[in-house]
Amino acid sequence: MAALQITNLRKAFGGLPAINGVSLEVAAGERRLIIGPNGAGKTTLFNLITGDLPADAGTVSLFEKQIQGMPTHRRAHLGLARTYQIITLFPKDTLEHNVALSLLGLSGARWNAFGSLNRSFYEEAERVLQLVGLGHLAQRPVAQVAYGDRRRLEIAMALAQKPRLLLLDEPLAGLSREERAAVKQLIAGIPREVTVVMIEHDMDTALDMAERITVLHYGSVIVEGTRGEVVADPKTREVYLGH
Amino acid sequence: MKAWLLTIAFFVVFPFTAGEFYINLASQIFIFAIFTASINLLLGYGGLPTLGHSAYLGLAAYLSALAGLKLGLGHAIAAPAAIVGTTLIAAAFGLVALRATGLGFLMLTLALSQVLWGTAYRWVSMTDGDNGLRGLSRPFGMDDAFSFYFFVFIVAVFAIWMMARYVASPLGIALRGTRDQPRRMAALGHDVWMIRWVTFIYAAFWGGVSGLMFVYYHKYIHPVSLSLAYSAEGLLAVIAGGSGTLAGPLVGAAIVMLLKNYVSAYIERWNMLLGFVFVFIVVFMPEGVVPGLKRLWLRFRSRT
Repeated sequence: MAALQITNLRKAFGGLPAINGVSLEVAAGERRLIIGPNGAGKTTLFNLITGDLPADAGTVSLFEKQIQGMPTHRRAHLGLARTYQIITLFPKDTLEHNVALSLLGLSGARWNAFGSLNRSFYEEAERVLQLVGLGHLAQRPVAQVAYGDRRRLEIAMALAQKPRLLLLDEPLAGLSREERAAVKQLIAGIPREVTVVMIEHDMDTALDMAERITVLHYGSVIVEGTRGEVVADPKTREVYLGH
Repeated sequence: MKAWLLTIAFFVVFPFTAGEFYINLASQIFIFAIFTASINLLLGYGGLPTLGHSAYLGLAAYLSALAGLKLGLGHAIAAPAAIVGTTLIAAAFGLVALRATGLGFLMLTLALSQVLWGTAYRWVSMTDGDNGLRGLSRPFGMDDAFSFYFFVFIVAVFAIWMMARYVASPLGIALRGTRDQPRRMAALGHDVWMIRWVTFIYAAFWGGVSGLMFVYYHKYIHPVSLSLAYSAEGLLAVIAGGSGTLAGPLVGAAIVMLLKNYVSAYIERWNMLLGFVFVFIVVFMPEGVVPGLKRLWLRFRSRT
């Protein structure tokens, strides 16, 4: 079964095509890497999958269910989770509270207007934070933790929802060598039931994390295949090295 | 919690020690505090600046007055009818206003409230226009300041408690999330628009309750209560007291009402003083009086 199926997707910003007829299929359980230079349309592609942006044309299916036109929050309830390239957290709240908000998003309790938030949300949040190695920082406000920890919190918030399809938008961006290793290990440990699609613009850092790789350039898929095929393809070299 | 109980205890004892003028002044502060607290739900917790909240205060007041004057209904029916009517109109207004956020939301709420204000002004056969509606009564015949004070006090404590529960609830927590990171909240599965709409209606409901108290107190209602000026006064009180805090809008309401009713007895141009006070607060405590004083207190304590 395909976890994600995109056919002929298009999005233009004021006449400038950002996604220019992309078709793509990711099998359930797959690790897919989408690479491409700056401005290739990678994040726009994610925003179209999540519904943050409406597509101009084309279809998106999540586990064989068409989702174009569906609002973002309903896609989350179908098992879609994402992280952001530009870290999007609640900076004044604690790490625990951030994860609790994530858990609340899929819980029926989110419409409870007069009770209080069950302790179990915080217990579960703490468990998830421990899983990603942030347990000791659970009570800290996000604004007081290091950049690398925030990247990990981004991933923790997505994983807390037990998604079926996880979109990681440059999870290694801006990290030191040690932090990268830790985040890579974290991603490698994601269970196989979760399909992972990951964006990276730096080819070398992420190649070893994917089974199949898609190269995006000016909003179009130019190469797709296994790691070996993509690296060997002259078009990849052209995009990245300019010759 | 201790500070809240002390405040409540103070206001229970207060009317036994004060004269009628001050008892009435306190009643007006309570009424205005319900109004500002309901604005704070939108502005402080939802990040939605409304400049049309007087619509719900005025609407509930007019509906209750008209139900009594035109239909001859008693308060037991007029009051719930006014609140239900106000809440329904708010639900419809919310559909329009929440097509935008930020400045767009501000302009839409203003425009919608201006429609009601214009109607109250021009529909003379119904509202008596600029003369306002007179000859109204209070429920239970509470015509003395003392019993009315306790009536309004109990309603205000209940209203503020209900609003405090709302912002502390899971829905209230999600509401604050939509204020800080709406896109992220949607990606996490929260229906941002619905959260805002529910809050909009809830805030209008309590705005309507303050309107009922308002019309009971004055036994008179005039289109000015639906005006931009009245919405702005409420908004400024919230900002001055500290938006996004529970105590802020209550302190802000007290500041505005004290200046308006007490100082105006001594200074004719009290509006000018109100302006100066707002400028002073914005310059020295831009986050509002309550958070500002808290900050000063913490700094003072850490120094000693």
